[in-house]
Formats: sequence, structure tokens, C-alpha cells
Amino acid sequence: MYAQMVDTGAKRVRSLDELSPEERAFQERIDADIKIEPKDWMPEAYRKTLIRQISQHAHSEIVGMLPEGNWITRAPTLKRKAILMAKVQDEAGHGLYLYCAAETLGVSRDELIADLHSGKAKYSSIFNYPTLTWADIGAIGWLVDGAAIMNQIPLCRCSFGPYSRAMIRVCKEESFHQRQGFDIMIRLCQGTPEQKAMAQDALNRWWWPSLMMFGPPDADSVHSAQSAQWKIKILSNDELRQRFVDQTVPQADFLGITMPDPLLEWNDERGHYDFGPIDWQELFNVVKGNGPCNRERLSARVKAWEDGAWVREAALAYAEKQAAKAAKQAA
Amino acid sequence: MNRTEWPLWEIFIRSQHGLAHKHVGSLHAPDPEMAVKNARDVYTRRNEGVSIWVIRSADITASSPGEKEPLFEPANSKVYRHPTFFPMPDEVKHI
Ligand SMILES: [Fe+2]
Ligand SMILES: [Fe+2]
Repeated sequence: MYAQMVDTGAKRVRSLDELSPEERAFQERIDADIKIEPKDWMPEAYRKTLIRQISQHAHSEIVGMLPEGNWITRAPTLKRKAILMAKVQDEAGHGLYLYCAAETLGVSRDELIADLHSGKAKYSSIFNYPTLTWADIGAIGWLVDGAAIMNQIPLCRCSFGPYSRAMIRVCKEESFHQRQGFDIMIRLCQGTPEQKAMAQDALNRWWWPSLMMFGPPDADSVHSAQSAQWKIKILSNDELRQRFVDQTVPQADFLGITMPDPLLEWNDERGHYDFGPIDWQELFNVVKGNGPCNRERLSARVKAWEDGAWVREAALAYAEKQAAKAAKQAA
Repeated sequence: MNRTEWPLWEIFIRSQHGLAHKHVGSLHAPDPEMAVKNARDVYTRRNEGVSIWVIRSADITASSPGEKEPLFEPANSKVYRHPTFFPMPDEVKHI
């Protein structure tokens, strides 16, 4: 997802009687659905895992602005341009809500950003794919924001107060993102044959990476079990992925385009769509830094940060000067 | 690096409906004026508010989770502070 394969430091989940009294009281609060707030006692591993998860989520929002930002200057109409700018601006907001939530756990913004830039912290694999045509902007809103909503709605109920509150704000804004994307897809699919082919091509390229966003299969994930016990992961990767497929296939049917998956088929018995095998090697490869755009994305972030350094310094110097002046006047 | 990290501000927004300012989150800004401007962009993109307060996070004094019992326990035994403590006869109206 926006936070994929978050390391919890746990080899296996311990039972209640293996926990220290403090840990047990903590787990019981979580089991009773009482939110954990920043000043409450928490196990170090919970704190560290949350910093990893929330910052990865924040980095994804920020890096996610790049593939879409690529099309702001080339949007087909002024209206589409204004909409895309508003959408991308929302993603900046999402990143900021999430960084603030992470900072309540005692890590500084500069440290978080340094970890992104050094490659120590990850962001979602999906943003390492290029946006080649305008249809990609439609496909991203429809599929990528759609997948994000699927993952973020359950997180509104997660155990950590600031994260849950940030997710509530984010979710309120996401459905605009998904709809504007689907609206682009509708227009293209109702357009000329060339436009429809463009929409199909975008779906072909974004479908599998969107399914990978939910992370590796449940069977391969020991961290998921610990995160589920802490209620910082509410539904499993496979559950979310299945829900996403079930919800999205009829939407593609409406558009009159097809998923690039010959094995995709409704299964009456399961009441779900069956779908073909996912190329996990591709996901691991992208996460390792070898996707089509990893280097470009990271270097764009580093450049923005370095080019903006003089602005941050000047604003601070000005604020300090003003404060000194005010203090002098008061004296 | 830390020399240039802008201070953190807590943001409070009053919505249109005449309710009190409510905490919505925080952000970094070099000074109070910029904090208000940034809060406008980060927290009121959809008409969420008509007024913004910003307060440096470092200036907030908060109760600690450990004080919960001495602070809040005393109210538990004072159930007579709630109107439901006084059952009213059915024939008595508007009370
Ligand atoms: Fe977002
Ligand atoms: Fe979004």
C-alpha cells in the first residue's frame, strides 16, 4: 500500500502472558479499542514501527505528486489543469498531516526527510512508474487513489490517535481524487478510437502495479500479524487486494476497457473475481530501487530540498530578526 | 541541518457554525504570520473554517497521562451533577 512491507522488528506475535505487565496493559487498551496517544506509554517496537509506517505513507504522498505534477503544464484544458493542481495540492496536504502525526512520536521532520533522501525510508512502489500520456492521469486517480482509499478507510480506526485522525482528514478528500480520475477515463473512453486506445493502454500499464500496492501475499508476511495485533493494520493485504479487484472490474466494464489479465474471471462459488498470478519479483525489484523511475523521483525530491534551503534559512533569519526587534521595543 | 528546521505550530480552526476553535493538527513555519498562511493552505482548502489560531507547540502545557486519576477520578463519584440522577414523576412536564 502507501506503506508496504513495514518492518515491525517482530519474528512472531507473542501471546498476552508472554508480555511484561506494561506491555500487557498496553495490548489490553488496544484490544478494548482505546486510542493510544503520543504521551502514553508504548512499546519501543510499536513506536518505531509507526514511525516507519506513517513516514513511509507521508513520503508516498509527497513523491506521489511527481508523476502527476508531470502533466499539470500539459493538461488538455484549463479546467483539467485547475482540477489536477487541486488534486496534487491535496496530496501535499496529506503528506503534511502525516509528517505531523509521525513527529508526535518524537522524530523530527528533518530526520524523516533525511531518511527519505538517503534511501533508508521507503515510499510506495507505485510512484516509480512513469506517466507517459494524459490517460495515465485518469488511470492514477481511478486505480491508485482507489487503492489508497481501500487501504486508508480501515486505517481511520487504527490504534494510534494522531494517525487515525490524519487518516480521517485524508479520506474525506480522497474520493474527489478517484472521481476526477474516473471522469478522465470516461471522457477518453467516449472519445475517438485513439483516445479509447490510450485509456486501454494506461489501464494495461497501471493495473498490475496497482495490485502490487497492497503488498506481498499474507502468507509471506510475519510483520502483518504483529501490525494487526497492534491495530495499525486492520485488513490483510490479500483481503484489501480482493476487495479492490471486485470493486474495480465492473467499473472497467462500464468504460468498455479490459484488465490485462486473461485469467480474470468471476467466481460464483467464492463470490469474488479470480485473478492471475502477480509478478512479485517486479515488486521486490521496484522496492529495492530498480523500478523505471526510482532514481528520477528521488533526485527530484533531493533537488527540491536543496534548492529550497536558502528560502528556509532566509525565512528563519527574518523571523529571528523580527522577534529580536520586538523584544527590544518591549524592553 | 537542525539549525534550519522551522518551529512547530498547533493549529486551531473555527468552523462556520459558530462553534469554538478546534485543534486540527500542526505544521512548521518560521513565524506566526507564516503559520497562519500555511494553515490556510493545509487545513482550510474546502471552506473548513472562518478563523485560524496558531500557537507554538512548545508553548503548550499539557496534563500527562499519569495524572489522569487524580485529575479526573473525583468527578466519577459525583453522579448528581447529571440531570438523570433525579428521576421525575411522569405527570410533571417540561422539566
Ligand atoms: Fe493522498
Ligand atoms: Fe489522493
